Amino acid sequence: MSALPRPTPAFADAPPRPTVAARIADEWRGAQWPARVSVIVLVIFYLFAIASPVIAPYDPAYQYRNLPDCPPMRLHLSSGAERANGLFFAYPMKIADPLARRFVEDRSRKTYLRFFHRGHLFTTADPNLPWFMLGSEGLGRDLFSRIVYGARVSMFIGLVGVLISFSLGIFVGAFSGYMGGWIDNLIMRWCEIEMSLPQFYFLLALAAVIPSGLSPVVTFFMIVAIMSFIGWAGFARVIRGMAAAVRSAPFVEAGRALGGSRIRILGRHVIPSMLGFAAINASLSIPGYILGESALSLLGLGIQEPAASWGNLLSQAMDPQNIEHYPWVLIPGLFISAAVMAFNFLGDHLRDRLAPGNAR
Amino acid sequence: MLRFLIRRLLLMIPLILGITFISFCAMSLVPGNFLTGLKMNPHISPEVIGQMEAEFGLDRPLLVRYFRWLWEVLHLNLGVSLAYRVDVTGLIASRALNTAILSLASMLFSWALAIPIGIIVAVRQNSILDRVLSFVSFLGMSVPAFFLAFLAMDFALRTGWFPVGGSFSPDYADLDMWNGLADRVNHLILPAAVLGLAGMASLMRLMRSQILEIKGAEFVRTARAKGLPERLVIYKHVLRNALNPFVTMAGYALADLLSGAALVEAVMNLQGLGLLLLNAVRSLDVPLVMGSVLMGTVLLLVGNLLADLALVAVDPRVDFATMASQ
Repeated sequence: MSALPRPTPAFADAPPRPTVAARIADEWRGAQWPARVSVIVLVIFYLFAIASPVIAPYDPAYQYRNLPDCPPMRLHLSSGAERANGLFFAYPMKIADPLARRFVEDRSRKTYLRFFHRGHLFTTADPNLPWFMLGSEGLGRDLFSRIVYGARVSMFIGLVGVLISFSLGIFVGAFSGYMGGWIDNLIMRWCEIEMSLPQFYFLLALAAVIPSGLSPVVTFFMIVAIMSFIGWAGFARVIRGMAAAVRSAPFVEAGRALGGSRIRILGRHVIPSMLGFAAINASLSIPGYILGESALSLLGLGIQEPAASWGNLLSQAMDPQNIEHYPWVLIPGLFISAAVMAFNFLGDHLRDRLAPGNAR
Repeated sequence: MLRFLIRRLLLMIPLILGITFISFCAMSLVPGNFLTGLKMNPHISPEVIGQMEAEFGLDRPLLVRYFRWLWEVLHLNLGVSLAYRVDVTGLIASRALNTAILSLASMLFSWALAIPIGIIVAVRQNSILDRVLSFVSFLGMSVPAFFLAFLAMDFALRTGWFPVGGSFSPDYADLDMWNGLADRVNHLILPAAVLGLAGMASLMRLMRSQILEIKGAEFVRTARAKGLPERLVIYKHVLRNALNPFVTMAGYALADLLSGAALVEAVMNLQGLGLLLLNAVRSLDVPLVMGSVLMGTVLLLVGNLLADLALVAVDPRVDFATMASQ
């Protein structure tokens, strides 16, 4: 053995640490197209949620009383001198048969579309002659604007829910697995009970506790709290298994040999070693929250009117007559599916990236 | 074996107690009770309400109510539904048949499609067929079942080929046996397809990943090396081993058999257990909810136990000692 110390490379020789932007660009190049499309879809939906007043062309609560259940309107390209009014125009709808709520285009007038107008990304020059991109719902409110506002609920319920249930799951799971013994036994039995509960009905029963007069924000947080309470147990169990496995891993032994306290080893070594796995699971469990909220709102127990969520918008479709005559009531379901799909593809991609061993 | 069975059965007791107690508490957390709606009605005097409250035992404290319920259950009496004023056991049984038929049909649908497709896709890994089907299955996994149900309703309305929701036609009672049966089947096709499609994608992916995993195993290489034709390698060696998790899943499916899909039932207006329980939870019909919860829990636990027993029988690597230590 040579007594000479190993030469340490100078810091200057080390390759420069890539900037965050460069690393994101690198990830982007390495990803396959489903993951890329998912990221684009999610960025758009989160923009909907954050910038709803700008992106929504109309007030989501304003009722165009003469245009209930109006079908999506076609957009036409202006020609010649008309361009000065706006590049696109639509013919306003007028009611042809008030009983059947049948609408026809009123060819005598035009309503022009303006971009970056009155603080909206796009809206019509005359707010009283709206252009319904995706039609209107039963009270004459613009469906697209309501979907944009509804994204606030659907896109954030997963994030907040995962944040709560995962911090709880990681902490309890790691604690239980690291401690072992009767504490572990007790916590795991409790988790088993929680996992065996009939979850959907449990969710229903607890959702019924929420008083109906509360503001949408409070209702939102109560729903999240209930769903996280149901969701953390399964995750805690998996983390507990991992914690039990690393309990005798060399790096934990080393920590103990150096005199680290239990809490310190748990917080500095055991929990950080599981964060990658937690990230994958988090993105894969977000759809569960989105679907849970949609299901509750669909049954009228979630977010209440006049606030919008994708679930309560879709609840119009609970009446088959609405599906038959106004098929655009199904559109919010497409948004729910797209969001769930995007999170699933993203989670799948993360799993391939971060845990190649578990790759399917 | 016997020790394992006894141990597992004993472990079930605290689980069942815990689950029923938590459910009972959750129902009591809800402000008001079953009679709250009736109290609003000016035609019903407070005396009558008080009388009903005493009759249903709603005026007693939570723990007393729970133990009284438990005592009755030990005598195999699930009580009387507050809303329907019928025996809970009979009520559940009358709906359970519908849900069980629907679950069986949808399971048949998804297994019959998912397993062969999973095999084909795995055998031709990375072919265009594999990529397309794997992608489509992933898309299918992401579409919520309730949205599929809406789409199915739309399909039925537009084509007129299938009835729009419901478990049977309004004139069902007047039909003779064969026409009645045809009517039921006709109403079953769409919901079974919806639930089957929703469950199919994940099954197919599981089958595919199983086969891919086993295809790389050494005993498969040995089978090839000794000159077995590829067909025999796949069917005799790969497939038999790949089916192991499906044995477990069949056990879990027992629990799903009666839990049904409440949302799909609500959307398509099917007279199943899911819808019954949904309404019971919303109207705070405690005996009915508790009866369903108890039944669901027992089915879940028994299903898991059966799944484990079947796994020991099928997989020589698993025995009762390893199972008990888990």
